[in-house]
Amino acid sequence: MSFSFGSDNRLPQQRLAVASYIIVGMIGVLLLGFWKLQVIDSDQYGQMAERNRVRSIPIIAPRGRMLDRDGRVLVDNRPSFSVLLLRDDPTLVEKSLAPVADGLGLSIDDLHDQLDATKALPKFQPIVIKPEATPADVAFIESHRADLPVLEMLSVSRRRYIPGGFMGHASGYVGEVSEQQIEASNGKLRPGDVVGKAGLERQYNDILMGTDGMRRVIVNSVGKEVDHLTQQDPIPGKQIQLTIDYDLQVVAEQSLGARPGAVVALDPRTGEILAMVSRPTPDPNDFAVRISKEEWKQLNEDELRPLFNRAVQAQLAPGSVFKIVTATAMLEDHNPPESFATYCPGYGTFYGRQFKCWVASSKKGPTSHGTLTLHDAILKSCDVFFYTAGMKLGIDRLSYYGDKFGIGHKTGIDLPSEEAGLMPSEQWVERAFHRKWYAGETISVAIGQGAVTTTPVQLARLIGGIASGGVFKQPHLRKDLQNVGEERVPLSEPTVEKITEAMYGVVNEPGGTGTALKIKDVELSGKSGTAQVIGYSTRAKFGKQKRFDDNGWFVGYAPRRNPEIVVAVLVQEGGGLHGGESAGPVARDVVKAYYDKKNKKLQGEVTAENSKPVPPNGTPAAALVPRTAVVKEEESAVHTAPARNER
Amino acid sequence: MRDAPGTRDYDWWLLAILAAICALGVLEIYSATHGSSLAGMHMKQLRWLAVGAILMFVLSRVDYHLIMDQSLILYLVCIAALIAVLLLGNSRFGAKRWIPLMGQMFQVSELAKLIIIIVLARFFTEVRSDKLDLRDLIKAGLLVGVPLVLILKQPDLGTALVLVPLLFVGAFLAGLQWQHMAAIVLVGAMLVGAVFYPPVSKKILKPYQRERITSFLHPEEDAKGSGYQLLQSKIAVGSGGFWGKGFGNGSQNQLGYIPVRYSDFIMSAWAEEQGFKGVLLALGLYMALLLRLVQNAQRAKDRAGMFLVMGVAATLGFHILVNVAMVIGAMPVTGIPLPLMSYGGSATLFVFMAIGLVMNVRLRRFVN
Repeated sequence: MSFSFGSDNRLPQQRLAVASYIIVGMIGVLLLGFWKLQVIDSDQYGQMAERNRVRSIPIIAPRGRMLDRDGRVLVDNRPSFSVLLLRDDPTLVEKSLAPVADGLGLSIDDLHDQLDATKALPKFQPIVIKPEATPADVAFIESHRADLPVLEMLSVSRRRYIPGGFMGHASGYVGEVSEQQIEASNGKLRPGDVVGKAGLERQYNDILMGTDGMRRVIVNSVGKEVDHLTQQDPIPGKQIQLTIDYDLQVVAEQSLGARPGAVVALDPRTGEILAMVSRPTPDPNDFAVRISKEEWKQLNEDELRPLFNRAVQAQLAPGSVFKIVTATAMLEDHNPPESFATYCPGYGTFYGRQFKCWVASSKKGPTSHGTLTLHDAILKSCDVFFYTAGMKLGIDRLSYYGDKFGIGHKTGIDLPSEEAGLMPSEQWVERAFHRKWYAGETISVAIGQGAVTTTPVQLARLIGGIASGGVFKQPHLRKDLQNVGEERVPLSEPTVEKITEAMYGVVNEPGGTGTALKIKDVELSGKSGTAQVIGYSTRAKFGKQKRFDDNGWFVGYAPRRNPEIVVAVLVQEGGGLHGGESAGPVARDVVKAYYDKKNKKLQGEVTAENSKPVPPNGTPAAALVPRTAVVKEEESAVHTAPARNER
Repeated sequence: MRDAPGTRDYDWWLLAILAAICALGVLEIYSATHGSSLAGMHMKQLRWLAVGAILMFVLSRVDYHLIMDQSLILYLVCIAALIAVLLLGNSRFGAKRWIPLMGQMFQVSELAKLIIIIVLARFFTEVRSDKLDLRDLIKAGLLVGVPLVLILKQPDLGTALVLVPLLFVGAFLAGLQWQHMAAIVLVGAMLVGAVFYPPVSKKILKPYQRERITSFLHPEEDAKGSGYQLLQSKIAVGSGGFWGKGFGNGSQNQLGYIPVRYSDFIMSAWAEEQGFKGVLLALGLYMALLLRLVQNAQRAKDRAGMFLVMGVAATLGFHILVNVAMVIGAMPVTGIPLPLMSYGGSATLFVFMAIGLVMNVRLRRFVN
């Protein structure tokens, strides 16, 4: 032992005894305290516990509205009631579930699932069991106040869109926040919150979404409000103004009709999107309340992919529209020189393989183009000319220009889930497939086939940018977007002049692929394209089944130089129509509507009175109306000036 | 060797009381957390109890004299650990009290309490007189003062306060003279007065501590903070009545009005659901536990053992007093858990290790 314990090892027994007395005394005093609370004042505290049921009732903040560029309301809110389930008393809840499910037409299993999912919340916080109460539900709840005290109603505001999926892909839709979103929000979002799930609703959720308020009330044991503690007022969401022009949007919706496809109209001077359509589309109103699992499954499994915004997500071969890139590359590089001419017998042989020109399989007219130069090659969309030009340029130069013009890059449009498309190159095949580039692939790429893919919004930006002399503005939907991106690709004046002259010719010169689209007094220009989804041989094997439809493109703009409007149209439908025939009329309708409105404005016909905001419930017969009414006039034009088939 | 204790020498009564209290705790933790996001906490608590029981056994086997021999090293380790926690500890709820160890967060101050019990026991054992003179009293005060200040810095007022009765009981049993005791009581009273007197308390207390004092004195002025907690606890206890609302039926408990109802305020949840009869049982068990400890002290072989056991008794007694008094609204919120009933890893381990020391002393009472 390093130290000796006290030699005197007598214990202080007296003082230890004192410690015992102190312990007994201490416990005694504590028990007296409990006696006073639990026996003497028990009734008083019992009443306090009974009264002591604080309930937090949310006051839902309305989401901000969306206006069009003229201030007309596109997306609004409407008042509605939600049914709340009060969970204070688990036994009462358990007992009430069956009659509640029965009375409100809900599945009792869903109710159980919901209760399980919200276990973590304090019990005095009610949960929403039916987001949209019908008048019958309201009557049911009112008449069962006494025997079903677990039900309560909450006044909420619900999203209202123009019905029929009008602008549905651009606006997107709202829905209940997902667990991932809650986690990613740093505590800003809570279970049950309604947030933007797609489109602008999601992109600008932080602006549109307000902050819910909260009312803390004291309720008695049957849930009746007896006192009001505090109220925290909701902060409504802010409205946003869009660049969308309601009038053009209506025309674009009607003109595309129910055909799968997309329309993007934008002002290349600013990048402002004037109209955006994608078909098919769900009706965002269906999501505003709560969509059932079956409906959701159906939307996701639909072969036509209605949840897919083709305007920014469809990555498809641009077909002959890409010839503008090849032509620009040729003029800028002087390879082959501008004077270059080639003879088109309906096919060409490159690297030992025969490549057809579309004209060879044309049902009407000649089956060869004869000798042509660049201008006519663009007009008639001659494949053989561009095969040759592409071969001379090589894939490096083609992909250099394609890349410069934004293929393979997102345009930066303010929508979630935009796709980038693809501009193939030697490096790309090396990276993706670990092989060398085949020279034959260049031939396909030169006419917009092969691996090259673009989105409609990309093509609108591309054609608009080239026609504007190489100034590419970032497409966007929010009117007061700050720092709109701009890219400048210096193009020589002769190049731009040549290209735009040729695109003007496509619509306005005899032999052009879009001559049926001519509009009086408007310099409509553009380029058509028809991209094969599958090869000729496969098509021959399977016949003309619907899913092998070609993608018809038309990118139109006006005026010829420094355009004010570009419209890229994609139509995915059969019937053997080429892009100029299927997509062209849509582009023409939108451009025409743009000029009609502009002229009316100039003449003072459009005033504040007659361009009043359209209330969303006053349905403008826009969406999904068959396009016949609008197209009639154009069909007759087709008869008088038979359109050329092209490939 | 003097070490040859057998199993029948263990204090089986003490173990039975201990087990009974733990059982009440686990039951009430279950009732307070089932059906909430904390569900399953009672199983965690059972794990802590199992680990505690093992530590208790281990600590009871090593002769306490050998442990006390290491007092100086233990003391230095304790000081170093407290400084370390201040420098690199993890903050939770605005206080640096935790260090990670084997994937768990441990409160260093719990270990500090155990070491101070041992160090003080050795110090008082070495005072070889029936009377404790002023010099030794001041020495003991300094011995406790250093870790106390370090724990206060975390800040953890509750645990720091526990050291005071530990020192006082030790000194009392070491022969504290009446005039010194009177002086200490006077100083203590002045300190308490200062704490409750705003102009002075402003200088010595942290804002949250001052808020607890104010809300204790005027609970109605603070309907959301700790005054609200005390009021809700009192409502829970009072509404339980004599017979209680029944297991799992306390509205204050089940609806979540009782603050930290599985931990610091577990007595409140117990009192609501089990009523006065349940409180009688629980406090009866605690009284039996403390008296049993004193009895073990009385029968200790030497003063060293007696000081150890009474150190444990003083610490546990103070915990029980402060926690239960808080639950009935007779003391401000201090964050001191109820030993063995409140959920908590470090605190549970501390109690079992402390009881291990008591067993240690008991096992060796006849050995010579």
